[in-house]
Amino acid sequence: MPEIAATPFTPWLSLAGGVLIGLAAALYWWAQGRLAGISGVAGRLLALSRDGAAVVRLFFIAGLLAAPFVFRAVTGFLPEQTVSRNLPLMALAGLLVGFGTALAAGCTSGHGVCGLARLSLRSLAATLTFMAAAIVTVYLTRHAPGF
Amino acid sequence: MKFLVGLATGLLFGLGLVVSGMSNPAKVLNFLDLTGAFDPSLAFVMAGAVGVAFAGYRVARSWRRPWFDARFHAPTLTAIDARLVGGAALFGVGWGLSGYCPGPAIVGVGLGEPGTLAFVAAMLLGLWLARFAEPRDGG
Repeated sequence: MPEIAATPFTPWLSLAGGVLIGLAAALYWWAQGRLAGISGVAGRLLALSRDGAAVVRLFFIAGLLAAPFVFRAVTGFLPEQTVSRNLPLMALAGLLVGFGTALAAGCTSGHGVCGLARLSLRSLAATLTFMAAAIVTVYLTRHAPGF
Repeated sequence: MKFLVGLATGLLFGLGLVVSGMSNPAKVLNFLDLTGAFDPSLAFVMAGAVGVAFAGYRVARSWRRPWFDARFHAPTLTAIDARLVGGAALFGVGWGLSGYCPGPAIVGVGLGEPGTLAFVAAMLLGLWLARFAEPRDGG
């Protein structure tokens, strides 16, 4: 059972961060004509997809990797995080996320942000499904006896 | 130029994840913990992100092509089928077990937590395994 680290409700910071994400999605569309779905960016890079966008994807991923350090350069702090040290669990989770997002052709950014922003019913179905599955999973692991 | 913009886009996206708190699995898990340590912040992230992305897509509605490519690459799949729902369900379970989805996990790599590294390695494996099972689209 993972310990639960309480986190404060941060409406303005979260809204601001969401706006940045939305801006990034818009920029990716305006500049490259593609949806900013991270599972797709990573998945296509991994699959050595020969659609001409491989180098752009590499730079995009590099930007993601650099973000905590740019954040520190500006604020003086590294981003705060509490990450489980249960490595088998994290590996299982990663496997499910990788396989599942590839099957669904999208994740929280691809379906949840870009898809919903494009009023896609398919993305709505995906988003409702992964939200429900995640909520049930957290409920079971945190509150159900025997877990 | 195209690559610099790509870098800036990834950086902007990553900073959004950090500023919003979504790069902290605990914060995500607490959003999903509706009956427990519920932290509504993720809803505000989604609202901001979807709202701005919606406006951004609309701005380009009449464009014939993006800045650095000959055409737009919009997804073409529309079916709500077993693959979509099954995949989303699997993804949701993994997300609920870890508090990580692909973007935040990649952002977290540089911070070096062993759990992050285990997650990302396995995620890459999962992404790779799934290609034996699917059509892809967009992105």
